[in-house]
Amino acid sequence: MADTVSLSVNGARVTVPDGAMVSAAVALAGVSGFRKSVTGEPRGPLCGMGICFECRVTIDDRPHCRSCQIPCQEGMEVLTDR
Amino acid sequence: MTSKNTYDVAIAGGGIVGAACAAECAAAGLSVVVVEPGPVGGGATAAGMGHIVVMDDSPAQIALTLYSRTLWIELSPELPADVEYLPCGTMWVAADEEEMAEVRRKKALLDGIAVRAEVLDSRQLAEAEPHLRPGLAGALLVNDDSVVYPPCAARFLLERAQAHGAVLRVGGRVVELTAQGIKLADGTVLAAGIIVNATGAWAPELTPGIQVRKRKGHLLITDRYPGFVRAVLIELGYLKSAHSTTADSVAFNAQPRRTGQVLIGSSRQFGAEHAGIDTHMLRRMLQRAEEYMPGLRDLIAIRTWTGFRAATPDKLPLIGPVPGNERLYLATGHEGLGITTSLATGKLVADQILGRTSAIPFAPYLPGRRQEEHAHG
Repeated sequence: MADTVSLSVNGARVTVPDGAMVSAAVALAGVSGFRKSVTGEPRGPLCGMGICFECRVTIDDRPHCRSCQIPCQEGMEVLTDR
Repeated sequence: MTSKNTYDVAIAGGGIVGAACAAECAAAGLSVVVVEPGPVGGGATAAGMGHIVVMDDSPAQIALTLYSRTLWIELSPELPADVEYLPCGTMWVAADEEEMAEVRRKKALLDGIAVRAEVLDSRQLAEAEPHLRPGLAGALLVNDDSVVYPPCAARFLLERAQAHGAVLRVGGRVVELTAQGIKLADGTVLAAGIIVNATGAWAPELTPGIQVRKRKGHLLITDRYPGFVRAVLIELGYLKSAHSTTADSVAFNAQPRRTGQVLIGSSRQFGAEHAGIDTHMLRRMLQRAEEYMPGLRDLIAIRTWTGFRAATPDKLPLIGPVPGNERLYLATGHEGLGITTSLATGKLVADQILGRTSAIPFAPYLPGRRQEEHAHG
């Protein structure tokens, strides 16, 4: 098994240790606003344990995925609200 | 005048119907007080979808819903952003050729009253609403129907009333409608020349004997999926299920919100008095919705709730004085159309109080009319 996986965050290639969560990859990509609130404010991971729903991103066209709960997989395409 | 607790008009109920009555009466120069146990629009108003729709169950229903929709369109430029006015249209979805015959019947009827509508075939429907299941027969798009966020619409109407001097008493519970006025739980009596019972499904508690029954409904709202649903989608089978006046029923109804959220309904139950979720009804409702939109099962639901429609035997609201008491008005019985018909109700109440000529005849909605169980033909 490879020690690292590569994925895309907003089109940029990111390589992370195998087992890292998507939230870590998004942070490594330099993105702090994971999603936007209904009034347009930037939001990001708060609880890190799947409760607060603030870290949601779109993964492989599926919206509202909690990035802190999903391990990175090779070739994933992650989009944040921009 | 307000310091003496004496008003021209005292309205029990600060839902959208009471709010519309208050706005019209106050704009006409009457002194008005509205009593709402609170919060404003916290009853059936907040529980409803906020669909503004022309309905053609009976000539009187067409007249009331069309008049009211016209009033909403006229008001729309003044609505604040949080009322979320969305002129998205209604898509009456036909599953088969039998329902397409109903599409053509409705189209001919709407043509006759100058209501804009388009017949879509199977391919056009799939293009317009790509998340519907393939193979549906077609649809009727009623272009100028719309959506509002009802509690904010009720608050807006009450603010209009207040701008004309109306008094809003939130937190007051009405215990009795007396010959003098409205009596509150704390003993206060708000004296008034005209009393309006606009307490929705609870109206019989204050005016015993009127033909209003609670008809429970469930709704669900999803997270934000902009564009998932474009128009208000309703199955034409709704006309078979929603008009049954006895059995519990569900129908596919999906509605966009300006936020991108999707409201999913609908259910109808008589005899259910508790406000909790009936999981068997919720399950039936969602199964029906998924039959029409299989992709719904991948969306995240964030809340479900229930509400009580104020239903009458003939499917028309009660608007006007109670027989034998010209000072006690009813403005209830709007069932699932209260957001649509609220504005016309306010006009008809004010017209009758002031002896003004109304834009449509008010006789079909008078509480003293002869009511017959209305079965859909």
